[in-house]
Amino acid sequence: MNGIPSPTTPSALISRRTMLRQLGAGLLLALWPADRWATPEAVQQAIHQRIGEREPQPGGMTLTLPKIAETGNSVPLTVAVDSLMTPGDHVLRIHVFVPGNPEPVASTYHLGIRAGRAQISTQIRLARTQTVLALAEMSDGSVRSDAASIVVTLGACVDELWSD
Amino acid sequence: MLSAECAAEEFSRGAGGDQTVGWNRGLHGHERRFPWLVAIMSIGIGCAGAGLLTVDEHSRYLVDGRRSGYTYLSEENQRLQDDDFANPGLLWVERGRELWRQADGAAATSCASCHGDAADSMRGVRTRYPRFDPTLGKLINLEQQINRCRAERMQAPPYPSESEVLLAMTTFIGTQSRGLPIDVRIDGPAQPFFEAGKAFFYQRRGQLDMACAHCHEQYTEQRLRGDVISQGQTNGFPVYRFTWQTLGSVHRMFEWCNTSVRAEPYPQGSDEYINIELYMAWRGRGLPVETPAIRR
Amino acid sequence: MTQPRIRVPSQARKGEVIEIKTLISHPMETGHRRDTQGQLIPRHIIHTFTCTYNGAEVFRADWHPAVAANPYLAFYTVATESGRLNFQWIDDDGTVYTAEAEITVV
Repeated sequence: MNGIPSPTTPSALISRRTMLRQLGAGLLLALWPADRWATPEAVQQAIHQRIGEREPQPGGMTLTLPKIAETGNSVPLTVAVDSLMTPGDHVLRIHVFVPGNPEPVASTYHLGIRAGRAQISTQIRLARTQTVLALAEMSDGSVRSDAASIVVTLGACVDELWSD
Repeated sequence: MLSAECAAEEFSRGAGGDQTVGWNRGLHGHERRFPWLVAIMSIGIGCAGAGLLTVDEHSRYLVDGRRSGYTYLSEENQRLQDDDFANPGLLWVERGRELWRQADGAAATSCASCHGDAADSMRGVRTRYPRFDPTLGKLINLEQQINRCRAERMQAPPYPSESEVLLAMTTFIGTQSRGLPIDVRIDGPAQPFFEAGKAFFYQRRGQLDMACAHCHEQYTEQRLRGDVISQGQTNGFPVYRFTWQTLGSVHRMFEWCNTSVRAEPYPQGSDEYINIELYMAWRGRGLPVETPAIRR
Repeated sequence: MTQPRIRVPSQARKGEVIEIKTLISHPMETGHRRDTQGQLIPRHIIHTFTCTYNGAEVFRADWHPAVAANPYLAFYTVATESGRLNFQWIDDDGTVYTAEAEITVV
């Protein structure tokens, strides 16, 4: 599927949680020089900086990406959080992480009640095949998450320029 | 047969807009009774998955076997090209629109002073360039025509090659012909230049000793690493190219291609490139102008 | 290059959730690419985007190099009252690009 989760199925819940735990381990291709890429520690640190000790719960939001990126230079991304955006329950911030890139954070969007709908569409750069992660900080302090895997054949960011 | 495949493929894509195919779950009961339909759809989807897009033969992007670069794009990038807001090439169209109205040069006139509303006066122009110019005695392309107008009519300095302003103007003028078929003249006085362009297309060059024809005629539809090689049609130029992360002209593309086979590129605006530009336009005759197109 | 592109409905009902689309020309140079001499090309991106509605900030985005060149962004806001939406894109070098739109809320 296109990374659209089925949060109600137990196997999907377990796999997402496991995937998030395993985010800190073994994301890197051994062939690439280590200093070029975000290390698992850097990814964890970036997440921790934003959500502290809170454990993200998969579900309640959708991260949409193509399954295959025609080019890593520009990939359409949409993230939508299921929230009526009321004073009592709304999205404060949405974070997009790109653990396979040289820098693990792509962007943070600050919403609030005046947003009306917690949905963002944009274009991101991906250096290589990876699992993109989106986190939503809710007004009640909870953190939701969704992730989407994408295959990138022509990477961005670190490809060498050899001609114009 | 081809349309049946496409119709079937369209049907299967329509279910929720995602990639899963529901045909074997009996969205319509009769599919279970017609395994041949399933087989045809599998072939169609398999071909699409392998990058060989099953283009409806009536599609405007495929004319007598001449295939636009649009057909090699992923769905999301085709959508991006068609998006009347988000196509990044439109940033240059807007800039061109501004420049069109701006007085420039000693004569203090703008393009609009002579040509009025570009949507009327420039409609169809892009489909006819490059063209033979009697005063020059050779071909002239759109960029050169723009600069000639600037010099002779506006007493304004020429826009530099591949500059933001020249790209903006050619894109703005080009897009006034969007959807119209490429229709260049190759007969009469244009013919020797057309023949020179054709010779260029088939001429081996560079360290790799390859001609344009090797990739764009002999090896089209085959893979070059992660890419499917296209016919190299030029009906979308200037294009927003992801590799460049910006908009670029067809001569920039020729430079890039020549460098790719480790050949010394010719200068933009050179006779060699204008001649091949005409040949390439003729190769894509009948394809619609897509300026500004999205390409990889 | 010049004016950013924005698409905002000119009119909306009070309380209606409206979509805003934005597009701006910018290379969003990541700082990780190397030139033909092997030297790193310095980072040069737009790092912040804000939208204010009659002076109140209703949306903000923090951008990093993973945002694609010529960045496109679509988001939503509630049409609360008639007035002006101001958009700002803040460059690493301090330049601020702006755009604005009027909206009538009935």
